[in-house]
Amino acid sequence: MKIIIKNSSPDPIYKQISDQLRGLIITGELKSGEALPSIRNLARDLRISVITTKRSYEDLEREGFLETVGGKGTFVAPQNMEFIREQKLKIIEAKLSEAVDEARMLGLKKNELKEMLDALYE
Amino acid sequence: MTKILEINGVSKEFKGFKLDNITFGLEKGYIMGFIGPNGAGKTTTIRLIMNLLKKDSGDIKIFGMDNVSDEVPIKDRIGFVYEENYFYEHLTVNKMKEIIAPFYGKWDDNKFNEYCEKFELTPKKKIRDLSKGTKMKFSLAIALSHNAEFLILDEPTSGLDPVFRDKLMDILREEIQDENKSILFSTHITSDLEKIADYITFINNGRIVFSNQKDTILENYKIIKGDTGILTDEIRNELLGIKENRFGFEALCDYEKESLFSKFEVVTEKPSLEQMMVYLSNK
Repeated sequence: MKIIIKNSSPDPIYKQISDQLRGLIITGELKSGEALPSIRNLARDLRISVITTKRSYEDLEREGFLETVGGKGTFVAPQNMEFIREQKLKIIEAKLSEAVDEARMLGLKKNELKEMLDALYE
Repeated sequence: MTKILEINGVSKEFKGFKLDNITFGLEKGYIMGFIGPNGAGKTTTIRLIMNLLKKDSGDIKIFGMDNVSDEVPIKDRIGFVYEENYFYEHLTVNKMKEIIAPFYGKWDDNKFNEYCEKFELTPKKKIRDLSKGTKMKFSLAIALSHNAEFLILDEPTSGLDPVFRDKLMDILREEIQDENKSILFSTHITSDLEKIADYITFINNGRIVFSNQKDTILENYKIIKGDTGILTDEIRNELLGIKENRFGFEALCDYEKESLFSKFEVVTEKPSLEQMMVYLSNK
């Protein structure tokens, strides 16, 4: 499990952690049922505050990626493949809309963008 | 959640200084940084918590007990590190330890020896022959060797080099692995707290400016940098502190006030605790 915190990032630290953990779960690097370090362990190793790691875990629990079993710890929640697919589709959609925005700024036509996409698919 | 420390409306007046109706608390399992410029009231507050000073009004509870009437059982569960050396200079490390140990119900000699080894403390050395950093390590070894649930550190890092300060932070991180322990840490070196602290209480001129989760505090403020030309009186009134020079200005403002600058070309940054302390102290 690799987590890197950038001090120069505009994103708050708790978000950097939850984004990276979410990524690891979606790509399958963290498998369902796998145990995560405790919030205190993670805070110590990343050299950040306990409240920050707690917030990251809580956000991911709310999103259904993690579950905490009282007295046992935090685990990757059993992942619904449908759910993961949806999450990935969301990411693709976000990236595509970014590309559309950029294309509009350049004054690129829809067809031209489609051509680029076709070329990339080859 | 259980409060380990509750300070409620505490005041204390001296000639020329008043600690004015301060209120804040700390939950079990967390680290609170207590920051403020020199003379703001940090040490006075800590001495009131430790009942080394008598308060004029208000009340202080530690582990849910009154800090005056239950002073003895409370202090048995507190580890205290003071900025200045309060040990007998002419005694050896070991002798001093033998004097202190019996005061604590849960003194753990093995733990003390472990820390001595970890901190490279020589038991036969006299206190006065220890360097400033080593004296601090000795205080820390004492504070950590009686299973204290609450560590109170008053300016433990002032005058110490960055390498040792970093080690101290690692030790505190290790301590807090036990979720029943809490730490109150006063300092004016805010970079030590930037990462490790869960809560920050900021005191200035004897008043609490804020006491909240560190992440929340840092999200609630912004640093704005831009051209001085855009600073109308209306905008100035909304800023919490401004520094100007002939190249432009830098100011601290509420997160919500960032929109005031939407029409202008400015740079917005996350503030550091140090910047916040500087701007809010000059107010």
